[in-house]
Amino acid sequence: MTNGNPKKKKKNHERRILICQGTGCISSKSNEIRKKFETEIVKAGIHEKVEVTFTGCHGFCAQGPLVFIKPEETLYCKVKVEDVEKIVESHIKKNEPVEDLFYEDPKTGKKIEKHNEIDFYAKQKRMILENCGHINPEDINEYLHIGGYSGLKKAFSMKPEEVIEAIKESGLRGRGGAGFPTGLKWGFCRNAPGKEKYVICNADEGDPGAFMDRSILEADPHSVLEGMIIGGYAIGASNGIIYVRSEYPLAVHRFRKTVEDAKELNFLGKNVLDSGFDFDVMIQEGAGAFVCGEETALMASIEGERGIPKPRPPFPATSGLWGKPTNINNVKSWAAAAWIFKNGVEEFKKVGVKTSTGTAIFSLTGKVKNSGLIEVPMGTTLREIIFGIGGGILDDKKFKAVQTGGPSGGCLPASKLDLGVDFETLQAEGSIMGSGGMVVADENTCMVDLARYFLAFTQKESCGKCTPCREGTLRALEILERITRGEADLSDLDDLEELCHVIKDTSLCALGQTAPNPILSTLKHFRHEYEEHITDLRCSARVCTELYTFVIDEEKCIKCGLCARICPVEAIMGSKETSFRIDCRLCTHCQMCYNRCPKDAIEKVSGKC
Amino acid sequence: MTSTEPHRLWDILKRYDSNPDALIQILNEIQKDEGYLPHITLKLLSSELDVPLSKIYGVLTFYEHFKLVKPGKIIITICMGTACFVKGSPALNTTVKNMLGIESGETTSDQLFTFERVACLGCCALAPVVQINGEVHGQMTPNKLQKLLTKICKEEEKGEEK
Repeated sequence: MTNGNPKKKKKNHERRILICQGTGCISSKSNEIRKKFETEIVKAGIHEKVEVTFTGCHGFCAQGPLVFIKPEETLYCKVKVEDVEKIVESHIKKNEPVEDLFYEDPKTGKKIEKHNEIDFYAKQKRMILENCGHINPEDINEYLHIGGYSGLKKAFSMKPEEVIEAIKESGLRGRGGAGFPTGLKWGFCRNAPGKEKYVICNADEGDPGAFMDRSILEADPHSVLEGMIIGGYAIGASNGIIYVRSEYPLAVHRFRKTVEDAKELNFLGKNVLDSGFDFDVMIQEGAGAFVCGEETALMASIEGERGIPKPRPPFPATSGLWGKPTNINNVKSWAAAAWIFKNGVEEFKKVGVKTSTGTAIFSLTGKVKNSGLIEVPMGTTLREIIFGIGGGILDDKKFKAVQTGGPSGGCLPASKLDLGVDFETLQAEGSIMGSGGMVVADENTCMVDLARYFLAFTQKESCGKCTPCREGTLRALEILERITRGEADLSDLDDLEELCHVIKDTSLCALGQTAPNPILSTLKHFRHEYEEHITDLRCSARVCTELYTFVIDEEKCIKCGLCARICPVEAIMGSKETSFRIDCRLCTHCQMCYNRCPKDAIEKVSGKC
Repeated sequence: MTSTEPHRLWDILKRYDSNPDALIQILNEIQKDEGYLPHITLKLLSSELDVPLSKIYGVLTFYEHFKLVKPGKIIITICMGTACFVKGSPALNTTVKNMLGIESGETTSDQLFTFERVACLGCCALAPVVQINGEVHGQMTPNKLQKLLTKICKEEEKGEEK
């Protein structure tokens, strides 16, 4: 047993080449890039001086594969295998960075070398994500060298009650969505009678459009584990469980390695770091049910049952997993707890606003130039996030709405862009902070269709236990589908609104209680779009397939016949001698012709077929 | 794992001490091994765990992840996450339907392709995303997807000729 000391000394390389191996960059072949770097460095005979290693997600996935060179802090974007030789020859050997591969600022067109000078990073405040992309997530020594597990040691020097007091003092609130004060939650569980207690890490990131938890588990898994051990010690729980989506195989793999390595250095097991406290962690893979993000459903799933929520009370703090007191927190909350003990309560409280301290982590995606994983102080405005960090709307189109909180959240229009993000502000506007999904919609997004999309999701994921959610979401979905098909009348909108309130007020768990949020918020801010679908039979964003058709503009058409050749359903007829036309009854709206026409002669025209 | 190779089921059960609480983990392992959950294995599992078959079916049909039908050789998964959705995944769905003639959840009659949709793969910054046999393809368009599928079909035909 080495009791928390690293097994090997840190090697002092002159230079380090860090290749991002998050799910995003791996999908763009960063594995091959890493191998190529390794061979090239050995070939050049400089492997003693230059280290090639990998990291988890940097957060700037849209620019991947990313290669990071230290100590210069140079960030290379969209690197290809063919570029590796050039980087080694020019940058590593001759100290001449390769400008072609720098990030190009979409506003100025200027090439930027250093990562912290790029707007996307410069405008963020990375606390929880500070190690993501900077350390090898599969090497516990790297985590130790940057002060990892020092928070745990500090916690062990305090009494469990003092640890809980410190968390209360920090103002940390649950990062899973509800924003319940973490210290209070830990206190309830600590004070609950019973010897055997559990702490659970909820990594069942079910919100579509969100990948914060996945990225943290892939890039800095030890911080999550450290937080869980601190929580276990404070609560008096010797058993930890992490419930992680099986759709995230890399996160599962890395966390498994994390647990093994931590065991070897006695951060887990009997008598952790001679503190007298025993702690062990088990990994449980989820099986793809959104409702399992709800804590009572999650526990049912761990017990091998259908993931169906239970009424509360009793609360998990008194009777949770297998009837024992249980404390569940989200991945980000656990990582934040580790950060607080490493850096101090005061440092954490300095950031954010009074009722919501610390930072908020979002996965900024959709129609935005710089999509990726971001971290900002609570209270930062939506405008700063979308136009500052995000660099504005893709193709300079017009901003329409921002959706936060996934299927439980709502859509906010341009007039709300100057709101700061924190738990209370977003809720007051009919949205929620949620787990951290932030999807930007532009003028080409139909808000009715977006509401229909979210409701189709929650309707499918409703566990079926309570009637308002099971039946209510289905009926609401039927109304929305009628609207998007142009078969509804205006009275449907009143029915829809009433139905939404009933579902909200009478559902058993948060899934049902929040399912109507996307509808209610779009009805509030974008009612004209609903009315347009109903009365004019028009979808001005040209998304609802029943309400627009593809038409060939004869003036622009050069009669090349490409569209007719590539149409998979033979809906385009005509000949080079005469002209071409699209039969809207056969068209499936696959957009193949629309995307490929060399003269942009195919147009989307509002109206029914 | 079929009825002729029950020893792999025993291996899995041994790892979980035949604990009925670990039912979901066990089902996960069987599916990793076999690609789906064959009825015959589930019957065996029922008697080994002393859990009614109806209960096992009740649990597994609750979860999206479990499959009761053998999937095809190539699994095409279209991400329906919000980011993918606003960036055009519905058109990708239409493309697969048009090309393969199957709906999501179905397998082509030659057992070559299975078409699935998933709530979110968590690669939102690369939206829209299609996963083919575990490999993620980002920033997809209907045309790119058509090319990719055509290439796969050709490779499969060549493989068969050999």
